[in-house]
Amino acid sequence: MTPDVPTLLDDMAEQARHYLKARGIDNPIVVGIHSGGVWIAEHLRERLGIERPLGRLDISFYRDDFSRIGMHPQVRPSELPEDLDGEHVLLVDDVLYTGRTIRAALNELFDYGRPASVALAVLVERDGRELPIEAAIAGAHMELGEAEQIKLRGPEPLRLERVAIDPEDLDA
Amino acid sequence: MTDTLIARPHARLPLPGPLPNRLQLTEDGQLRHMLTIEGLNRELMTEILDTAESFANMNEKAVKKVPLLRGKTIVNLFFEASTRTRTTFELAAKRLSADVLNVNISTSSAVKGESLLDTLRNIEAMNVDMFVVRHEESGAAHFIARHVMPGISVLNAGDGRHAHPTQALLDMFTIRRHKGDFTKLKVAIVGDILHSRVARSQIHALNILQTGEVRVVAPCSLLPADVDQLGVQVYNDLDEGLKDVDVIIMLRLQRERMEHAHLPSEHEYYQLFGLTARRLQLAHPTCLVMHPGPANRGVEIESAVADGPHSVILEQVTYGISVRMAVMSMVMGAHQA
Repeated sequence: MTPDVPTLLDDMAEQARHYLKARGIDNPIVVGIHSGGVWIAEHLRERLGIERPLGRLDISFYRDDFSRIGMHPQVRPSELPEDLDGEHVLLVDDVLYTGRTIRAALNELFDYGRPASVALAVLVERDGRELPIEAAIAGAHMELGEAEQIKLRGPEPLRLERVAIDPEDLDA
Repeated sequence: MTDTLIARPHARLPLPGPLPNRLQLTEDGQLRHMLTIEGLNRELMTEILDTAESFANMNEKAVKKVPLLRGKTIVNLFFEASTRTRTTFELAAKRLSADVLNVNISTSSAVKGESLLDTLRNIEAMNVDMFVVRHEESGAAHFIARHVMPGISVLNAGDGRHAHPTQALLDMFTIRRHKGDFTKLKVAIVGDILHSRVARSQIHALNILQTGEVRVVAPCSLLPADVDQLGVQVYNDLDEGLKDVDVIIMLRLQRERMEHAHLPSEHEYYQLFGLTARRLQLAHPTCLVMHPGPANRGVEIESAVADGPHSVILEQVTYGISVRMAVMSMVMGAHQA
């Protein structure tokens, strides 16, 4: 059984409210990572009642596996509508696995400016970290092992799906 | 062939025929060299333009650079003078975090009699990853692509009167940004078609993207013999050729390539084929005016038009960087796959 996405989103929003309140942050910039992270970020931003426009990152140009697998076939432009200098950023992705995507996203974010802080929010955090990166907000925790992967399908309706792992996607 | 490229720089070699795509593409259809537009399919060309689009908004970033080609070495191998093309290739490479080496052959080894292949082997021995080649001889980039070590990509930055694929791609990118769909467009390419590698590449690109109507407008003496096979409408009268067009691409009158008297005089050429503000009114009211540069003001284009509201000539230069970044990252990626 995979968890229900809207329920996880409610839970993430609740955790995010606590997180932001505890740190006295009232109007963060929400930034989603293409494509699943953007879907989640949109819902999260709505649930948190944040009016600032959503940022979108495509980290293809920052991946660490370009020299192994080449260019991602569909790169969308990154869009960060506001200056990041001194802002608090809520970085959102669908699944946190190895941590490499988040490493790439952090590098890209810092090419846009110097945020005051970055917190990571993910729908699912699973086992298999290869870098010292952890989520501040996570909808679900899952132990999957190496042979399995969890993917977010969407955008409408959003649902999680467990699939056998595709070696090409190891760094997802 | 090796030595002829150096020893007989002005020899009229036949243009390389339709390119065997196995030289330019990998087995699974990815771009590994960029030599000519001819033979590319619409999907691949669209993929290049889409990738360029994602580089185009990099100017918003505080750091106008991505780490994609970090540690790669790109060599600009220019056997012929160029400012715009070389500098935009250089900037594209730098924005991808590659290291760039500019080799200006006309002032180095070629003068001392080193053959093209020797030059190539020497630079290869420095462990480089990509050659960007401009040469006055048609087919030079193909020649280099056939002889480089596997793993090295070759980009054609203009070979003789044959092809200038990245120029055509940046022109397509500029048109697409302003006009969107190509199938409804009327595009007129005006001027020295005969000597223009740019025109040849543009015609192929416009046809691959299924442009509604592609016109060439030129005096008979500046049309190539094979113009009927290029899939264009030929006009010898500028006023007629401009009627209702959505895009006008002016070409530079290539005085340095003219061996015989192709023209009576520049003044007369301007009278007959110069784009003036008055003539521009014949085109569609939202018509774009393009020019690959450098423009001969008062020869093929009036200054007021080159600097006027319809002109996208400087945008073409800006987009040239994004398009070259796209091509560079795609060819480097294809070698890895």
